[in-house]
Amino acid sequence: MPTATARSLAPPSDDKRWRQVEVRMRRLGHRPDGLIEVLHTVQELFGYLDEDALGYVSRSLGVPPSKVFGVATFYSHFMLKPQGLHTCVVCTGTACYINGARSLLAKLDEELGLKAGGTTPDGQLSLLQARCLGACSMAPAIVVDGQVHGRVTPGTVLALLEHL
Amino acid sequence: MTSTEATEPLSRARRRPVEPLLPEGEARASANVCQAAGCLSMQSDLVFEALRERVVAAGLGDVAVRRVGCLGLCAAGPLVEVPERGRLFDHVHADDQAAMDALVATLAGGEPGGRETSKEPFFSHQVKVVLERCGRVDPERVEDYLATGGYQALTQAVATMSPEEVITEVARSGLRGRGGAGYPTGLKWATVAKATSAEGKYVVCNADEGDPGAFMDRSVLESCPQQVLEGMAIAGYAVGAHNAYVYVRAEYPLAVKRLNSAIRQAEREGLLGSRVAGTDFEFHVEVRIGAGAFVCGEETALLASIQGERGTPRPRPPYPASRGLWGRPTLINNVETFANVPAIVQRGGDWYSSIGSAKSKGTKVFALAGAVVNTGLIEVPMGLTLRQIVFDIGGGLAGGKNFKAVQTGGPSGGCLPEALLDMPIDYESLAQAGSHMGSGGMIVMDEATCMVDVAKFFMDFCREESCGKCVPCRAGTVQVHRLLEKITRGRGTREDLALLEDLAGMMRSMSLCGLGQGAPNPVFSTLRYFRDEYLAHVDDHVCPAGACEMDGGDR
Repeated sequence: MPTATARSLAPPSDDKRWRQVEVRMRRLGHRPDGLIEVLHTVQELFGYLDEDALGYVSRSLGVPPSKVFGVATFYSHFMLKPQGLHTCVVCTGTACYINGARSLLAKLDEELGLKAGGTTPDGQLSLLQARCLGACSMAPAIVVDGQVHGRVTPGTVLALLEHL
Repeated sequence: MTSTEATEPLSRARRRPVEPLLPEGEARASANVCQAAGCLSMQSDLVFEALRERVVAAGLGDVAVRRVGCLGLCAAGPLVEVPERGRLFDHVHADDQAAMDALVATLAGGEPGGRETSKEPFFSHQVKVVLERCGRVDPERVEDYLATGGYQALTQAVATMSPEEVITEVARSGLRGRGGAGYPTGLKWATVAKATSAEGKYVVCNADEGDPGAFMDRSVLESCPQQVLEGMAIAGYAVGAHNAYVYVRAEYPLAVKRLNSAIRQAEREGLLGSRVAGTDFEFHVEVRIGAGAFVCGEETALLASIQGERGTPRPRPPYPASRGLWGRPTLINNVETFANVPAIVQRGGDWYSSIGSAKSKGTKVFALAGAVVNTGLIEVPMGLTLRQIVFDIGGGLAGGKNFKAVQTGGPSGGCLPEALLDMPIDYESLAQAGSHMGSGGMIVMDEATCMVDVAKFFMDFCREESCGKCVPCRAGTVQVHRLLEKITRGRGTREDLALLEDLAGMMRSMSLCGLGQGAPNPVFSTLRYFRDEYLAHVDDHVCPAGACEMDGGDR
């Protein structure tokens, strides 16, 4: 395994969450191959990856910024923009697709003017699409703030978002 | 399901506030409450707590109430099984007093309620090797795994067998890679064992289950992660590797959590770590989480991703067996392949090869989904027919609709028509029919599904997931998708059909990796078996299934 080429640096701000990022990097020995793991940690703590964060990770792990940006943009899980307070993920895997996932997306567009990848103007809700959540036995499935809901219909989808 | 519960079951499960109810000595009866993602999303954690309370209140001192993994019949969750009495309770909710009463009565030895599992066709055709302990053990208690003979195979291997003997046994079993390609596992192990490296070797478990419609690996990891770890450790011993990674997709948080907990517990028991089972064999396992890239299921892309890089494939050879992680010999197998290994070592390769068909040995786990009554997780001997799976186990089509096709193999698989329902399921038959085994997703489609639209769906998937490294895949998926879009809108022509086949053939032969080479398969198989539907779209501007919105042509 490659050895560490970088070390602890001053974080972008005095936000306490950076301490947790630093702990994660130390556990991974500041090795460049820990890049994806570290990006996961930053996104878990801050919700998305901004330029400051990517620059800090780049310097800390000794990975060129071009490569950090390359990795962050290659993987669809990483968000470079802030997300809404709540998220709704509509699964568009095969089973969900043939069981009506399209009609759910159409309903959300029609009622909330929300398209996949978008966020409501008030910043309350982001809509995302997933390429199969593995919840095929309950298709079509959506995930609202981490909770999976199965056999959703255009009639019930709005009710699931109402309490947010 | 219409839950408006604001709290989140995964985080409730994370706290594990309530311990399982386990009597001293052997339990007279036990209630196994499913806590796999499907049932958990329907609040089966609350079912567990409510039932536990009821059993305590009823004073049933010799009854166990435990959390278990997937019970299989996901369509009917939340599920509770009482195995001693052969009963399965479906649609059990925490506030359903009648169901709770029936469960308590069954546990107490009174009139048994629920379904009789031995009489359910869903269960009767199944043979369980990989899923042997799914639904029987608590996935977060290594004690349960040990109590059912877990880690005996590893202990036996490291204490009494040479690495060569382990490989011989795996080769004799006839086990082939369950990730889809079907490469003989024993042969792969022997290749990695022969490779020499002064800097060590690696074992990698591919748990990047990206095929839409597949949830076998998720279920295995959520239900019995120890079995996968045991298989990996046996592999490490056989090929001479001391470090291993499990690469799990980010979409499976529960599987990641249970896997991490399983690793910690196995280390605590001395079954993983620096002295495995008290011997000099050292084996460390780390989890790496994917970040939403389908192409990372391809082995060279997966290795790049573990190394913290963009997950783009590279040409093979060299194969990972000779040059893998950081250029060192690496054994990569899928979750299900590893999960088969402990039983093979313990019961022998001959036992395993007695199950299945002539060239495809053993069992296969399938995720049955789509327009079928009994959606869920099944394990069947190789060689069972599609008809037995869809109509006996699956209970036929939901809503009394007619069968149209079954899709196997994900985005690089194919759609098989009614005429092939009596085909035995094994690697050879599926390949001959223009599909492939894939990882085991099986999606049943009814008459309301348009096959051209299905082909478009998969091409759209591959277009978005193409890593962009090679042109045939990057540009081919876009062009083929555009043609399919045109056809499904009723604007296609016969020339478009010819061009479609031409382009698809180019992608198959010219793409760098399995993603691009396999991407045209849904197009080829639908053209082969459902050409009529393409012609109806092109010539008559009609979608026979009524699924496509036609805005072109003269209608």
